[in-house]
Amino acid sequence: MGRAPSPVARHAAGARLSMAEALALWDLDLLTLGREADLVRRRLNPEDRVTYVVDRNINYTNICTSGCRFCAYYRELGSPEGFVLDEKALAQKLIELKDHGGSGVLLQGGLNPDLPFAYYEELVGQIKASGLGVHGFSPPEIAFMSQRFGMPIKEVIARLIAAGLSSIPGGGAEVLADRVRSQISPRKCDSAQWLEVMAAAHELGLKTSATMMFGHLETRSERLEHLFKIRDLQDRTGGFISFIPWTFQPGATALGGEPLGAVEYLRTLAVSRLVLDNVPHLQVSWVTQGPKIAQVALKFGADDFGSTMLEENVVAATGVGFRLSREEIETLVRQAGYKPRVRDHRYHLL
Amino acid sequence: MASLRFEDPALLPIYEKVKGNQRLSGEDGLTLFQSKDLLGVGFLANIVRQRLHGRKAFYIYNQHLNYSNICVNGCKFCAFGRKAGENGAYEMTLEEIFARIEARLHEPITEIHIVGGCHPDLPFSFYLEMLEGIKKLRPDVHLQAFTAVEIAHLAELNRSSVGDTLKALRDAGLGSLPGGGAEVFSTRVRQDLCPQKLSPEGWLSVAQTAHRLGMNTNATMLYGHMESLEERVDHLLKLRAAQDETGGFLSFIPLAFHPQNTALDHLQGPSAFDDLKTLAISRLLLDNFPHIKAFWVMLGPKMAQLSLCFGVDDVDGTVMEERITHMAGAQTPQGLTRSQLQALIREAGCEPVERDTLYREVAAEAAA
Repeated sequence: MGRAPSPVARHAAGARLSMAEALALWDLDLLTLGREADLVRRRLNPEDRVTYVVDRNINYTNICTSGCRFCAYYRELGSPEGFVLDEKALAQKLIELKDHGGSGVLLQGGLNPDLPFAYYEELVGQIKASGLGVHGFSPPEIAFMSQRFGMPIKEVIARLIAAGLSSIPGGGAEVLADRVRSQISPRKCDSAQWLEVMAAAHELGLKTSATMMFGHLETRSERLEHLFKIRDLQDRTGGFISFIPWTFQPGATALGGEPLGAVEYLRTLAVSRLVLDNVPHLQVSWVTQGPKIAQVALKFGADDFGSTMLEENVVAATGVGFRLSREEIETLVRQAGYKPRVRDHRYHLL
Repeated sequence: MASLRFEDPALLPIYEKVKGNQRLSGEDGLTLFQSKDLLGVGFLANIVRQRLHGRKAFYIYNQHLNYSNICVNGCKFCAFGRKAGENGAYEMTLEEIFARIEARLHEPITEIHIVGGCHPDLPFSFYLEMLEGIKKLRPDVHLQAFTAVEIAHLAELNRSSVGDTLKALRDAGLGSLPGGGAEVFSTRVRQDLCPQKLSPEGWLSVAQTAHRLGMNTNATMLYGHMESLEERVDHLLKLRAAQDETGGFLSFIPLAFHPQNTALDHLQGPSAFDDLKTLAISRLLLDNFPHIKAFWVMLGPKMAQLSLCFGVDDVDGTVMEERITHMAGAQTPQGLTRSQLQALIREAGCEPVERDTLYREVAAEAAA
């Protein structure tokens, strides 16, 4: 085993990690890797604060033609368990969120061919009109709309912005390596399209996050391929505000298998912090890791605790049932020695 | 290099001592507990862990048996104990106990871990027959049974000395004692939480009596309720002093307090930082304890795995049926398979070693 590079020293010198150097980070012992990531976190986010957002996940439909093998949430077209959210049910959810002091909605749904474009515009419009931000439509949904309605991607996004869309979540990226995507989500947009949607959104002035769902068929090199694709696009557009890696939850999915453990999660989180030197924020995934590992993750490069997720359905469908209140999030952050601060989906402090 | 490693400069003098294999003081222990440098504390503990065990991490193929929850003690931190006749109280008959053992005779179990309440009126012969009967069914199994608290209680029931009680139980098949019932050796805390329970002196005396009879025991500390950091350090130093005298402790197991369904359910229980630091500091202060164990049933498999990078070298075992922590609201599974335990250990960068109760390695082909 050769001597691993010190990413911190390289960062300080303005140098960047190469793919080979990033792969060698896995040879470091866990705590050394964590320390390196924490030092970079402090350089990028020197304040002793950890942010989170008060929101809820609203899934407007579970009907999806994508049929991804890692998903326990979707239903086929025509399934008796399929649903499409209507205006009245949405109104109720928005009232509940406002009662909880929420600032925005994470809006995502399946690829449902029964919905007209006006449905999406009205959905966004209704949320916007209630005074809440709309963090909505991951790239596969936008790519789907573009195809379904014969509109260029940029036009889809521009019309959604006109309807009230305020930012785009980074979901549906899974692992941006097409060998993996062709096996786990063959009918979903490929990695080039995912990046194309994000590039278009950034050009239109939207901030977006990016995610990575790992711990299934991908290799560590493919995780790095994902990180480097994000880093390269970020060099061009600067529109990614945060990165959120989380682990595949195999329960009730076609893909199945054993979930990845906490150590590999923390290693991947730390490597993400070190590779993505140009993405400001790194978020923990308490919904997949549980509160304890999420707290420890604050020492492995993360500076954001995600969201309260007053409602979350997609991970819950796999049987993983972590729930946290606002007070619990604040306690977890304080116990780790940081000050909790509420933000919105665009990372503005509130 | 060291300064890059430590966020908290107060850890640097301790680093020098750890490198030199010097014993840490109570003051060092307090400095470690007060530090917010989680990774720095873990790094120090890992130096000791590597020195003692390299990359090895131990687990055991065991079966838990909680024969009764009827208990005269009524400790406030407990969700398991019941008074006789109270709703939820149970006691297994000898037949029920033997049936549970028989149901798993096809499995390569090397240890049966037996813990219960301090039952007011089960006769001493019940305990002897339990051990003898299990040994008859599984002659090769090691019986790790009865905390020091139960032993003292049985001695009283049996109107005999602790030494004679232990000898009688040993003749019936007892191999070693688990480490439970130590709680925190602070009179202040115990007056409030468990005034009726065996005193710290009594607990240590049972353990040391067992050691002098050639039996091994474990030790625990229940943390994260109302004890102070000083009281934790004091607990660890008392154990270290006892170990210097009799040397029979095999492993130390810090137990994270689970508040749910207890009289202390207004408390939060320890944080992840607290869990990892307590494990790591135990490794650092208890320089004469061979093993530090993370009991995954209490911590969860994820935290138990992570603790292997914070000084821990043992994650306990397959367990399969555990009542004490689950009645306090633990969300963890009832058991882990051997392959799940091995995968968890490997992912942490360690080498899984299946052990028996006395930390002898179980032959690789048997553990495959």
